[in-house]
Amino acid sequence: MEPMGKVLVISPEKCTGCRLCELVCSVFHDGVSNAARSRIKIMKWESEGLYIPMSCQQCQDAPCMIVCPVKAIFRDEKLNRVMVNHDICIGCRSCVAVCPFGAMNFNVIDRKNFKCDLCDGDPQCVRFCEVKAVDYVDADRVSTAKKKAAAEKITAAQRQAVALESELR
Amino acid sequence: MALNRKIAYIDLSTGKIEIKPIPLDVRKKFLGGRGLDAYLLYNHTEKGIDPLGPKNTMMVSGGVLTATLASATARTHVMAKSPLAGMIGSANMGGFFAPELAWAGFHHLVIKGKAEKPVYLWIHNGKIEIRDARNIWGKTVTDTQWAIREELGDEDIKSLVIGPAGENLVRIANVMTGIKNSGGRTGMGAVMGSKNLKAIAARGTMDIKIAHPKEALEYNKRFIDQITSAKVNQTQGTLGTPFIWGATNSWGGIRTRNFQYNQELYCDEIEPESIDEACAETIGPYHMTGCFGCQVHCRAKYKIPTGPYAGVYDEGPEYTSQGAFCGEPDCRSLETLLVGNHLVDQYGMDNLETGSLISWAMELYELGILTSKETDGLDLRFGNDEALLEMVTRICYRKGWLGDTLAEGGIIASEKIGKNSFDYLIQVKGVSNLHSDERATPALALNVATASRGSDHLRSRPAIDLYHLPEGVLRKIYSSPVPYDGPLSSEHTEYIGKPWQVFWQENCYMAVDCLGICKYHTVFLGATLPNFEDWPKVIYYNTGLELTPREIWDIAERCNMIERLFNLREGLQREDLYRGDMLNHRYFDEPCQRGAPDVVGRAIDREKFKKMLDEFYEYKGLDQNGVPKPETLKRLGVDKEPSHLL
Repeated sequence: MEPMGKVLVISPEKCTGCRLCELVCSVFHDGVSNAARSRIKIMKWESEGLYIPMSCQQCQDAPCMIVCPVKAIFRDEKLNRVMVNHDICIGCRSCVAVCPFGAMNFNVIDRKNFKCDLCDGDPQCVRFCEVKAVDYVDADRVSTAKKKAAAEKITAAQRQAVALESELR
Repeated sequence: MALNRKIAYIDLSTGKIEIKPIPLDVRKKFLGGRGLDAYLLYNHTEKGIDPLGPKNTMMVSGGVLTATLASATARTHVMAKSPLAGMIGSANMGGFFAPELAWAGFHHLVIKGKAEKPVYLWIHNGKIEIRDARNIWGKTVTDTQWAIREELGDEDIKSLVIGPAGENLVRIANVMTGIKNSGGRTGMGAVMGSKNLKAIAARGTMDIKIAHPKEALEYNKRFIDQITSAKVNQTQGTLGTPFIWGATNSWGGIRTRNFQYNQELYCDEIEPESIDEACAETIGPYHMTGCFGCQVHCRAKYKIPTGPYAGVYDEGPEYTSQGAFCGEPDCRSLETLLVGNHLVDQYGMDNLETGSLISWAMELYELGILTSKETDGLDLRFGNDEALLEMVTRICYRKGWLGDTLAEGGIIASEKIGKNSFDYLIQVKGVSNLHSDERATPALALNVATASRGSDHLRSRPAIDLYHLPEGVLRKIYSSPVPYDGPLSSEHTEYIGKPWQVFWQENCYMAVDCLGICKYHTVFLGATLPNFEDWPKVIYYNTGLELTPREIWDIAERCNMIERLFNLREGLQREDLYRGDMLNHRYFDEPCQRGAPDVVGRAIDREKFKKMLDEFYEYKGLDQNGVPKPETLKRLGVDKEPSHLL
């Protein structure tokens, strides 16, 4: 089977801070509403109106995978994700400590770590986010959108320069 | 389970806290949110008590669907006897508090008594603690919230707070959460202040089991698509509620100069597009924010672009602020609008009441009923932006004779000012009217007059009446879940059929307030949005509770009747101008002077209005005095209420 190259792409500036992603994440995975169980979390600076969705980056060279003393964490190349085998996991929380994004969580109710599993290829946070602050796109297309946005700024600058020049003439 | 969220009875005088389950039979009769609050208020307050005394009882709640997958279950409801005219006090706000309260294990709080010293409640995973609030007393709305987070060491705490206005027992004070989510109407902030209760902080990590998670996810997706596909919600999501100003002002539906005109002229700076531009310039292209779980995201973020407050962050301004700081006082500056909005957000004061009362005072000043003696030298002319903003602060801190007087709310203020000042006070049941002008729209006028909490547009307004929808569409909406084969008119200036629409909307909005969802997700501004027929599934999938559309309607009708019974117990009389279902004389005597051709010259016809009232009472099962008939109380199962006065 051809490997899927899709990744979760977050555009913080688009986030409205509504936290529906947190809600659908916990319902999808655990059948309950509880933001504390969500794999994605909106970090907020309320007095400035800044909201940043944080989730697992599914790192290629994942620190959690490297640090795990019992090799319970592995890459699932099919879905381009990092997974935890809870049959092997000893619950030492080394992965929680080492993750540079805080995306590996520990649930005190079930006493287990938990992280984003991309909902087996249909991420619910993406499905419900109307503003597309969270999106699921082919890995090789992520930079294309940024290229275009940057290019647009350059063309705008060029147009301004041309206009200015013709004015000066 | 959503249904196992608890109710807590908190006595601030004794410090006693009792936590109880909500019996299923009570749920099935009153559901939750505002409906269940009304039932609790009616049973937990005695007739004639002082609204600002320890015997008033304050309810705080989420709806039965709060924090579930039902799209925008963000609403927090607050209820008590109102310190404005002693009628039912009720305020509803968005934000993130109610879901946090539900995750902490509670749907309803019943707060009694009065704390000896300033306190706040700390509600955390099933436990409730009364804590010292002396260190946060005096702080503004946002500073209070940040201070609580710091004190308890948890950034995820959501708090319901009062600002200085509530502490100063300003009768138009808000209860607030977040930057600007306000339980604004009927002075609930003053009730909280009178109890020495500065804040209620909540944090919860308790599971709410979804009855049928898979179905709930799928149905919610459909629900959201239905909600976000409505053009009106797409516009709300871009321009926020200010878009309503643009639409309404264009035909002459905005009250200006208190109630002298029905349209604001030359107001480019405060048009929705101008506000949007200011938000974009100070925040960026994506400057809308949403309440919990909501995909409409109707709230804008902004920084004040100019003047002494330049760079200060706030959210809004909403449609109501445009009326309060622009239309009614006849000011037209964007800066005034944004600063005024910021001041009331920080003070915790109802923008609508603030703007309405100051504009009333401006008219009295221009008429000579108020002079510079009462205003302490302030030149309170219409269009004086500085005077307007200065009055906002004076009301909050009860500064000067007029500041202290207006802080008492319209009715008491009119008694203190004397002369014929009351004739110019645009209020119903002691609550100031929104800045919308209903003289050309009988349906909306009837709604304002009969709303349970006093003049109000969110209790029974058939706003879609303004869209001239074909009769067939109206019939489809308004003849379900109970049959209606009476007349309906697409014409917004007509009187026929309107009482039924108001009655239908009253039940629709009550149901929404019991569920804990937002009115933008029902037939309020959009005709295609969900209502009774769509709710049974969402309730069942999320909570497991089985209800038919008709049963939801019956619950809503029952809850509305409890509110009516409360008001009657406190002295409501049909056409009483202070405590009745009656409008200021200007609605009848002073026709519209501006606006669209079919609006100019219109006023409400007094006789036709009375007929509408008769008809509305009939639908509600009331006699001609507005008192429920015995058979109505029996039919709704409230003939034994109050059943357990506590």
